[in-house]
Amino acid sequence: MLLSIQNLHASINGKEILKGVNLEVNKGEVHAIMGPNGTGKSTLASVIAGREVFDVTAGEILFKGTNLQKLSVEERAREGIFLGFQYPVEIPGVSITNFMRTAVNEIRKYKGLDPLSGGEFIRFMEERKKLVEITSNLTNRSVNEGFSGGEKKKNEIFQMAMLEPALAILDETDSGLDIDALRIVANGVNKLRRPDNAFVVITHYQRLLDYIIPDFVHVLFQGRIVKSGGKDLALELEEKGYDWIKKEQEA
Amino acid sequence: MVQLFSRHRQQIVSCDTPGMSTLRDQALESFLKLGFPNTKMEAWRQTDLTECLARGYDYPVERMPEEDTQKVFRCNIPHLDTAIIGQLNGWYVSKDVPLMELGNGIIMGSLAEAKKKYPELVEQYYGTVADSTSEAFTALNTAFAQDGVFIYVPDNVQSPKPVQLINVIQHDENLFLQSRNLIVVGKNARLSLVHCDDSYNHQASFSNIVSEIVIGDNAFMDHYKLQNLNNSSTLITTTCFRLGAAASLESHYLSLNGGLLRNNIRLHFNGPHGIANIYGIYLMDGKQHIDNQVFIDHAHPHCTSNEMFKGILDEHARGVFNGHVLVRKDAIKTDARQSNRNILLTDTAKVNSKPFLEIYNDDVKCSHGSTTGQLDNEAMFYLRQRGIGEDSARMLLMFAFADEVVGKIAIPQLRQRIEDMIKKRLQGELQICEACVLHCSTPEQPVEFYIDLSKI
Repeated sequence: MLLSIQNLHASINGKEILKGVNLEVNKGEVHAIMGPNGTGKSTLASVIAGREVFDVTAGEILFKGTNLQKLSVEERAREGIFLGFQYPVEIPGVSITNFMRTAVNEIRKYKGLDPLSGGEFIRFMEERKKLVEITSNLTNRSVNEGFSGGEKKKNEIFQMAMLEPALAILDETDSGLDIDALRIVANGVNKLRRPDNAFVVITHYQRLLDYIIPDFVHVLFQGRIVKSGGKDLALELEEKGYDWIKKEQEA
Repeated sequence: MVQLFSRHRQQIVSCDTPGMSTLRDQALESFLKLGFPNTKMEAWRQTDLTECLARGYDYPVERMPEEDTQKVFRCNIPHLDTAIIGQLNGWYVSKDVPLMELGNGIIMGSLAEAKKKYPELVEQYYGTVADSTSEAFTALNTAFAQDGVFIYVPDNVQSPKPVQLINVIQHDENLFLQSRNLIVVGKNARLSLVHCDDSYNHQASFSNIVSEIVIGDNAFMDHYKLQNLNNSSTLITTTCFRLGAAASLESHYLSLNGGLLRNNIRLHFNGPHGIANIYGIYLMDGKQHIDNQVFIDHAHPHCTSNEMFKGILDEHARGVFNGHVLVRKDAIKTDARQSNRNILLTDTAKVNSKPFLEIYNDDVKCSHGSTTGQLDNEAMFYLRQRGIGEDSARMLLMFAFADEVVGKIAIPQLRQRIEDMIKKRLQGELQICEACVLHCSTPEQPVEFYIDLSKI
């Protein structure tokens, strides 16, 4: 078991957003989490990543058997949790190369490995860029500064490729993407799929799941996972809309 | 002070032309009227000198014996090829040649000596840019200053390499010193000047330095002021620029350490189409105090000025920024921008920022802005989510913040060195050093960082 979430309750400023989430993710799996706006999808991603503004009031998250509650944001990242941001942050003055080199080497240090030399790092970066089909010279620019929506999301996928996480949570990575960018993002994920890693793809629309075929689809509604199924569930949702879930819950 | 003046008048005026002696007398009179500034005065409301002035200081009216200059001026930034001129405790260090005359007509050296040797040249500019009637410290300086640096670049001459002016304070007693610099860049001429204010020991000092800088029509000057002094030092600098038509100035104020630093920057556009970019970065901690006062006088049309001052303040440090842009009635098509941004790392650090535009015509483009806040939490979370530790993430963000200013340094070797110094400073490792503040004596030992921020 890679990730095991049990009865997770989380709140922000006293307002409860997650009201008992249960989720289990094994190595080699792709999970999609769908649901209407404002039901806690992004909150779930943030809480797994360790964002401090959220309070976990009950339940627990186990990652590779370790309770995450005790780990800082960076420790979780070094253990292999990657969050693809819905709104990647612009950081003027920090080049992507610098940023990634610092990140890669801090993670290597945490694992007891020697840092990559300048040359090794450049080679690795070029290889990863090719893998995720980034042709433009993103890497010399400041992190996300002046990037288009599509460039920001591609940059997230590039970073994921650089850091090779055990668990990648992609928070609405498909939002605001045209079809070409969507394909690049999806291809990146597919190329990085391995038997020893897993993906949790948060999305509002079924569209992305035409390209990233999930093993499981979950519907998050009012802070709980109310329905789980295979990839067909996504198609059913697309067809019937979320009202169907709402009605079922109210019944 | 006045007694000191009358007692040593003979000594002080010894190099003056008669015109300058008159200027001294007038300046002394002005100073007697003005007195030392106090916090009841608007321009000094946030900077209290009481404590600094209460310390006792030696006032050297005679040139002090020169030490081994090789030992004192050891700054040799690797691969930075500059013509070094040194000042020790306010006096030009001669190495037996008080005034150098280079083949291309450039003159540089001791101002005292220049007054004797080129009285007409000096008198043409001396005291014409700085205001000795209403500014107390300028008046005091004009009354007392005996030596300093004189640089003259004739019309159409490009100074082949940067001139580095190192102003070192090293004395066994508390020292009050006043030096006066006069820099003239002729028409179509070019000069790059790196001006370092350093102290080598922990003795208290009070420096009142006035620089008059005249930049001729269509000339270019690249100006750097690097300040790294001990916490007992008070440094008041007044730098007055006069820009001719279509002249341009790039000025950089890099303040890394100091007890109380006050930079008065006065810039007067003396013709149309002038361009002035003034950048500042200050990194202060402990009880350090930095005060930047920038006044830009848009007296002619079609001039462009841009001020960007950024600061990071830790612990109980205090920052003051006052930017005043005056756009006169006839100065149409003025483009003036002012920005002051600060990061406060603690609740006890404090900034007073007042960008101010005074505009007397409609046909202008002016903007001003000031922000003061903490490090961006969103950016911190983003960096940490990629596995970067909290300290490193903070360091990356602070360095990036500072680098917007440091990145404007046009001399690559100097930029590299300043970036290294800023990294060290941000990690709390840069100290004023007993021997050499720039650590230049050991350039073969590269500075090691926990995270490698260098561009690859």
